[in-house]
Amino acid sequence: MADAMSLPAAAARPRRRAPGAWAEALAGWTLAGPAIVLMWLMLLGPAVGVIGLSFTDWTFGAPQIAWAGAANYVELWGDRVFWQSLRNTLAYVAFTVPASVFLGLGVALLIEAGDRGRGLYRALFFLPVTSTLLAMALVFQFAFHPTVGLVNQALGWLGLPTTDWLKNPDTALYALGVIGIWQALGLNMVLFLAGLKAIPKDLYEAAAIDGADGAWDRFVRVTWPMLGPSLVFVVTITAIRSFQVFDTVAVLTEGGPNKATSVLLYQMYQEGFSFLRSAYAAALTCVFLAFVLLLTWAQTRLLDRRAHYG
Amino acid sequence: MARLTLTGIRKSFGATAVLHDVALDIHDGEFVSLVGPSGCGKTTLLRIVAGLDHADQGRIAIGDTVVDALPPKARDIAMVFQSYALYPYMTVRQNLALPLVMRRLSRAQRLPLLGRWWPGAGARRAAIDAEVQRVAAPLGLAPLLDRRPAQLSGGQRQRVALGRAMVRQPQVFLMDEPLSNLDAKLRVATRTEIAQLHRRLEATFVYVTHDQVEAMTMSDRVALMMDGRVLQFAPPQHIYDDPADLRVAQFIGTPQINTLPATRDEGGLTVAGRHWPLALPPEAGARPQLAVRPEWWTVQPAGTPQARPGVVEGTLAHQELLGAETLLHVRVDSVAETVVARVDPAQARTLALGAPVSLATARVLAFDAAGHRVPQAEWMGVRRLAVAHG
Repeated sequence: MADAMSLPAAAARPRRRAPGAWAEALAGWTLAGPAIVLMWLMLLGPAVGVIGLSFTDWTFGAPQIAWAGAANYVELWGDRVFWQSLRNTLAYVAFTVPASVFLGLGVALLIEAGDRGRGLYRALFFLPVTSTLLAMALVFQFAFHPTVGLVNQALGWLGLPTTDWLKNPDTALYALGVIGIWQALGLNMVLFLAGLKAIPKDLYEAAAIDGADGAWDRFVRVTWPMLGPSLVFVVTITAIRSFQVFDTVAVLTEGGPNKATSVLLYQMYQEGFSFLRSAYAAALTCVFLAFVLLLTWAQTRLLDRRAHYG
Repeated sequence: MARLTLTGIRKSFGATAVLHDVALDIHDGEFVSLVGPSGCGKTTLLRIVAGLDHADQGRIAIGDTVVDALPPKARDIAMVFQSYALYPYMTVRQNLALPLVMRRLSRAQRLPLLGRWWPGAGARRAAIDAEVQRVAAPLGLAPLLDRRPAQLSGGQRQRVALGRAMVRQPQVFLMDEPLSNLDAKLRVATRTEIAQLHRRLEATFVYVTHDQVEAMTMSDRVALMMDGRVLQFAPPQHIYDDPADLRVAQFIGTPQINTLPATRDEGGLTVAGRHWPLALPPEAGARPQLAVRPEWWTVQPAGTPQARPGVVEGTLAHQELLGAETLLHVRVDSVAETVVARVDPAQARTLALGAPVSLATARVLAFDAAGHRVPQAEWMGVRRLAVAHG
């Protein structure tokens, strides 16, 4: 009854802020302000800037800048090199992600299953993550050397066909992919090890009593589904990092031979820093950003929906 | 349904021995609790029965089968874990079905997607589903079958864990503190349900708990464990009335049994400065220990003739009113802890804090200095029958 009577009174009152609400809002903005400003300055601002730049005709150092509409995107659409780079990037991602994810998982499972030397193996497989890829590229260049390289030596000894891996248009991208896998494996392994550690031992014991006690059954019934969240995360991280492949391309092949290893980031670098076509490079960046956003969106959706067990 | 026999079970983790020569003979269809303080080895013993751990020595037989070398799945047991150990990525239906799926479907029939169309899979899956329904209904899980464990309350998860154990109709149910994650009210309700479940299934239950109330209320027999040994294996009432060891007497019963140090004197014992005409056999030693349950005491009004032979005197230190009864805490010289008596609230109201109180008992348990029970102590000069049951 008291509620019913107070209702009209509340409705009759004009919508006025309660005393102190103003101060509260002010305090809120004041406290959140520095973070908001920094976020725009450091994260959102540059992104917006690049998107804006992609609709102009600016070249680096040019005195004037004009609105160009979608001209850069129209040019992209007709650019043979862009499509080649996109195809190469996708092929590179399709090659390195599954391989490094499953090898990383395999190594993590083996390390977890072993009794001894866990720390040693962990450190060994993690080494590529900590090492400088540029320096390691030198080693790989040597390993892939057509005559004295370790790869061809080994293949020749086994009686298998050899080639100049980094100079052959059919193999160059995958040779770079191998380096990418070698580097990504360690991080994936560490992430999977963390995921494996988080699986309660009880589940394996319950599974053993329920009849799932073989290695395969344990993996299918417990390990694999419990790794769901880790897997989504690892795949996304690896995919984004693979999309960003650049240093090995720049150092070992320079996009060649004949654009066979030209990838999005490398083309972006060339357009922006070699040819100084900043606006065109910005358009390329936007395409790249779109792919990364798509991956991140897919990850959050998957994590929210299926893989999250709460 | 089967008898479960454990003989000479020993187990060490590294240098720490956790089980010393444990032997239990659990009857077909019996409900046995393994109870004891943390670290007494009760969970390890259960895990050894389940096959999740292996004993260093000893033999386990379920029915006529020695199961020491068998993996858990071949032992015809089911286990309810303290954490429930439900598969979080499966629905309740899939959780309940898994033990049957693993047993009845071939590897090919279990394949995801493909397995459904494998010859014979359909009929078997339908049979499994029917059994899942049959188990789910009495547990109240029927409307929850398509939910995931994360969407269930603690009590509901606990039922799913029970259901998963029941679905296969094992010979022996093993339960590892299954109620410890429930709130107090639900725990009491579930206690009753598990006891009823046991009667309905007529299977052998082995139930691990540190809670003496659970052990006392549910079990046919209680195995009280301490420091890796079974101190006593007997029905609950027997454990309470006739403990074999002082530690058993102290573990079972709330408030804890009163322990009184005694020395021998002319014609009996001296207890807290008073003469008790109690005859103890020689094996009780020179410094026996006496134990008296709080409800065995009566308060003697000052100046009345001594109604019961064992008397302690002290001052009232504290009263705890529990409604149906009151606990008197009486400080007695030369007894380390206060002596607790469970008395009628009306009588307790007449006593003031700090007032002298005289407690008397005719019933007493006697132990030697090491805590081993000394057979039937007898009062001298008092009629035997009146004494024995206080």
